[in-house]
Amino acid sequence: MSEPKISLQHVYKSFNGKEVLRDLSIDISPGESLVIVGGSGTGKSVTLKHIIGLLQPDRGHVVVDNTDLCCMHAVELNAFRRRFGMAFQEGALFDSMSVFENIAFPLRRHTKMSEDEIRQRVEECLEDVHLHGVEKRRPSELSGGMRRRVGFARAISLKPEILLFDEPTTGLDPVISDVVADLIVEMDEKLNTTTVTITHDMKVAFKIADRVAMLYRGEIIEEGTPEEFQRSENSIVQQFIEGRAQGPLTEE
Amino acid sequence: MTALLERLGRIFIRFSEQTGLWFRMLWRTMVWGIKSPYEVREWSRQMVRVGVDSIPVVFLTTMFTGMVLALQTYTGFQRVHAENFVGSVVALAMLRELSPVLVGLMVTGRVGSSMAAEIGTMRVTEQLDALKALATDPVHYLFVPRVIAGILMLPFLVILGDALGIYGGYLVSVKLLGANPLVYEQNTFSFLHLNDLWSGLIKSAVFGLILTLTGCVRGYYTTGGAEGVGKATTNAVVSASLIILLSDFFLTKVLF
Ligand SMILES: Nc1ncnc2c1ncn2[C@@H]1O[C@H](COP(=O)(O)OP(=O)(O)OP(=O)(O)O)[C@@H](O)[C@H]1O
Ligand SMILES: [Mg+2]
Repeated sequence: MSEPKISLQHVYKSFNGKEVLRDLSIDISPGESLVIVGGSGTGKSVTLKHIIGLLQPDRGHVVVDNTDLCCMHAVELNAFRRRFGMAFQEGALFDSMSVFENIAFPLRRHTKMSEDEIRQRVEECLEDVHLHGVEKRRPSELSGGMRRRVGFARAISLKPEILLFDEPTTGLDPVISDVVADLIVEMDEKLNTTTVTITHDMKVAFKIADRVAMLYRGEIIEEGTPEEFQRSENSIVQQFIEGRAQGPLTEE
Repeated sequence: MTALLERLGRIFIRFSEQTGLWFRMLWRTMVWGIKSPYEVREWSRQMVRVGVDSIPVVFLTTMFTGMVLALQTYTGFQRVHAENFVGSVVALAMLRELSPVLVGLMVTGRVGSSMAAEIGTMRVTEQLDALKALATDPVHYLFVPRVIAGILMLPFLVILGDALGIYGGYLVSVKLLGANPLVYEQNTFSFLHLNDLWSGLIKSAVFGLILTLTGCVRGYYTTGGAEGVGKATTNAVVSASLIILLSDFFLTKVLF
C-alpha cells in the first residue's frame, strides 16, 4: 500500500472535559475519496478541522504528506494549508464581501492571475455549482443552500490537492445534490484530488465514496468500500443506513 | 479572608494572562506586518475607517474642549490677573494632553469597538476558520491593516484636534470674553516648543496601536455567539480606554 496522504493517529480531543474524539485513527490514500458518516454531534466536523490544523489534538498525531501538523510553526502551517480546500458546514462566507470577491479571494491572494483570468475562473466555479447571476450579491442575500454552494465554489477555486467538505449537500434539493456529488466525483477523477466528505445523505455517500467510514462516539466503528459498508453486520451501521428510529443508536 | 485573597489572586492571574496575550498578539502582528502579500486595498479601507470617518467626532470633541478650556482658565486666571495667558494654557493643554487623549478615547469608542464586534462576529460564524483554511492568517489579513491604520491615522486626527481646540479657545476668548486677538494669538504660540507637538503625536500613535490591537484581540478571542460578541465589544472599549489612560501617564513621564 502506498504512503497515506492523510493519516490520523490515535487522536484524542476533548472540549471542557467533554471527550469528543477518542482514539480516532484512519489513513486516507492519495486520490481516495473518503466519506465520513455519523450521527449529529459525534465529532465529524471536529475531525475535519483536525485534518486542516484548525484544531490541535490533545493527544495523537495528524500527519499530512508525511508532515506532522502539530510540530509546525504558525507561518509554515499557514503556507501548508494552500494544499487544502475546505467547504464549511454553514458556508462561512466572508459577509463583508460579495459572492464574486469571496471566490476570488484565494485566487487573488495565492496566484498571480490577471483580473480577466480571475473573472473567468470565478464564473467557471459558479457554473459548476449551477449558480447564475449572483456574483454581485452579498452572502446575507442568499439562501442557505446557495451559500453552501458558494462555499463549495470557493473551496475548489484553487484546485487544491486535498478537498474537505462538511455536509456539502445538506439543504440542497435532490437535483442540485446530485450535481454537487457528480462534481466531487469528477474532481476526484480529473484532478486526482484526495477528498474527505461528511454527509448524512447515504445516496450521495455511496455515489462519491471510494470508502465509507462511520464515526460513533469519537471512534471509527466501521469502514470499507460502499458495498462492504452496506453489507456491514454492525447493527449501528445498519440502523444508520436505513434511518430507523429504533435500534442501538437511539438506545442508551 | 482567604476567599478574598483567592479572588484577588484569580484577578491577578487573569490580568497577567491578558497582558501576556496582548503582547504575544502584538509580536505576531509585527511578524506578519512585514510579510507579503500587502493588501493595499484593505489598508486604505481601514485608514478611511479610522481616519476620515472619525473626523466629525474629533471635530466636535476637540473644538468644544478648547472652548470650555478657555472659559474655565479665564475664570481662574482672572483672579490672579493673568488673563493674557489663557491662550498659552489652551494651546499647551491641547497639544500635550487633551487632544491625544480625547481623540484616543473617542476613536476607541467609535472604531475599537466596531473592530471587536466585526472580528468577533467572524469568529462565531467560522469566518476566521475559513480565512485560515484559505491559507490566510487572520492576524496577517485582519490585524495588520487595522493596527497600521491606527498608528498612522491617529496623529493626523490629533493635529486636526490641536488646531480645532486652539481655534475653539480663540473663538471663546476673543468673541465672547473680549480678549485682544493679537495678544491672544501671540501668547498662544510664543511659549510653545516643537517638543509639545511631537510628544502629543507620539502618544497618539501609541494610542492608535493600543485601541486597534485591543479591539482586534478582543474580537479574536470571542466565544459564545451573539452574547459573546457583545461582551467582546464592551471589553474592548473598557480595556483599551484603561490602557490608554495608564500608558498616557507613563508616556508623559518619559516624553516629559
Ligand atoms: N469549539 C468547540 N468548543 C466546545 N465544544 C465543541 C466545539 N466544537 C465542537 N464541540 C463539541 O463537539 C461535539 C462534536 O461536534 P461536531 O461539530 O464535530 O459534530 P458533528 O458530528 O459535525 O455534528 P453535525 O452532524 O450536527 O454537524 C459536539 O458535542 C460539540 O458540542
Ligand atoms: Mg458538523
